[in-house]
Amino acid sequence: MISFSQVYKRYPNGFEALRNVSFTLETGEMGLITGHSGAGKTTLLRLIAAIERPTTGSIIVNGQNISAIKSGAIPFLRRNLGLVFQDQKILFDRTVFQNVLLPLQISGFSSRAATGRVRAALDKVGLLNREKARPITLSGGEQQRLCIARAIVNRPSILIADEPTSNLDPDYAKDIMEMFVSFHQVGVTVLIATHDVQLLGSMQPRIFRLNHGELAI
Amino acid sequence: MSVWLSHHFHALAAAIKRLTRTPTGSLLSIAVIGIAFSLPAGIYVLLENLQSLSGQFSGAPQLSLFLKLDADSEAVAEIESRLKQHPDVGRFTFIPKGAALEQLKQSNDWGDVMDGLERNPLPDAFVLSTRNISPERLEALRTELVKLPQVEHAQLDSAWAKRLDALLKLGRAGVLMLAALLSFSLVAVAFNTIRLQIMTMRDEIEVSKLIGATRGFIRRPFLYFGAIQGAVGGAAAWLIISWGIHMADEQLKHLMNLYEVNFRLYHLSLEDSLSLLLLSALLGWIGAWLSVTYQLGRIEPR
Repeated sequence: MISFSQVYKRYPNGFEALRNVSFTLETGEMGLITGHSGAGKTTLLRLIAAIERPTTGSIIVNGQNISAIKSGAIPFLRRNLGLVFQDQKILFDRTVFQNVLLPLQISGFSSRAATGRVRAALDKVGLLNREKARPITLSGGEQQRLCIARAIVNRPSILIADEPTSNLDPDYAKDIMEMFVSFHQVGVTVLIATHDVQLLGSMQPRIFRLNHGELAI
Repeated sequence: MSVWLSHHFHALAAAIKRLTRTPTGSLLSIAVIGIAFSLPAGIYVLLENLQSLSGQFSGAPQLSLFLKLDADSEAVAEIESRLKQHPDVGRFTFIPKGAALEQLKQSNDWGDVMDGLERNPLPDAFVLSTRNISPERLEALRTELVKLPQVEHAQLDSAWAKRLDALLKLGRAGVLMLAALLSFSLVAVAFNTIRLQIMTMRDEIEVSKLIGATRGFIRRPFLYFGAIQGAVGGAAAWLIISWGIHMADEQLKHLMNLYEVNFRLYHLSLEDSLSLLLLSALLGWIGAWLSVTYQLGRIEPR
């Protein structure tokens, strides 16, 4: 469950990225955040992962108040979130397998249990046969799928993705979107910032439209 | 518990991997640490050896007790009994003035001069060897004996041992200062290597933070790295000292044979060697800790 209540985010230079944003995304729901560039989509997602703090207002994620979270608790919050970043943040000095392994190492999994989970995650995104590959040799769509595998390997209850289909061919983009829908169908709460609402086809997600930092109903 | 172990195992493995990934840089850092540490540790070894050498030369320090010229046999007997009872005095011999004069007359250089004298200018004397006691107690014994009736002068034959001891004490203070200064350099070396590592691993650290790594998880491999680098540097210092001792020992053996002293250089004792390793590991750890604490705060996810 993600709940925003009267959230404002003002940057030190005076720019107001979010203004009075309130919404609730129930557990297991799928939501899309749309809006023009600079509307505040990325800021909203970053607030959920406590990468940034709101100026005022409260944010509840899985019953935890993120706006007042202690910095020591942030790592444990993030382990329950699957994050797909706009700039991917793939580590190019290690293999596909090692990239997906990293979250499990951080959580302290034994290598045997971790190996099984990494393979399962890679299988879900269709990259199992590329596990020894270097990320630089992957196509754009494959790199995006690698990011998704890394986000889901910890089996998070919430999956958050920032523009996961930008820079992808329509076919690849459709693949990726279908992947998110399938996670939603097995009960994961999914929140995606995107331009491509039409990619979802028959799916009817909740849509939050941001306009200059304000939620348009 | 198993999570804790797994974290430490990963950190150790990562640290060793980072150390071997840039072998030239690692070797150079280790050499710098080794050389920096071999200096105070080497001087320490030297001082320890000098101490044991001075112990061999002045194993039983001698004291000459000269009586007043007019001392009679009664006074001699009394001093003799005092010396017998004294716990710090070992063997002693009485040299009457007549015997001393005879001895001098027999030596070629002084014979003629002595013949020309009207009366014996030499006093009665005791030559006594003390038990093996510290220079301070030796000095106390001397002042005690000088106060005995009819004693004119007490000459400590091993005054040089005292001076050497004082010099060694000064040397130890110097070693401590040098060690403190060079310890700082070890911390600085660790600080800088870790700083460079963090700069090149910025992406990894940022991603790790974003997917839920605690500060401890990120910090741990660097701390292991610093400690391992420091310990290996300490081992390098140990090897440098071993090599130095090996080189000097051969030369020293010839010299010591000339002086008819059986003396071999000692290496650092087991405890001292372990202390050296532990200290260098600890200093590396401290340098790494400072560096990580200082740098990690600056890498926040963007």
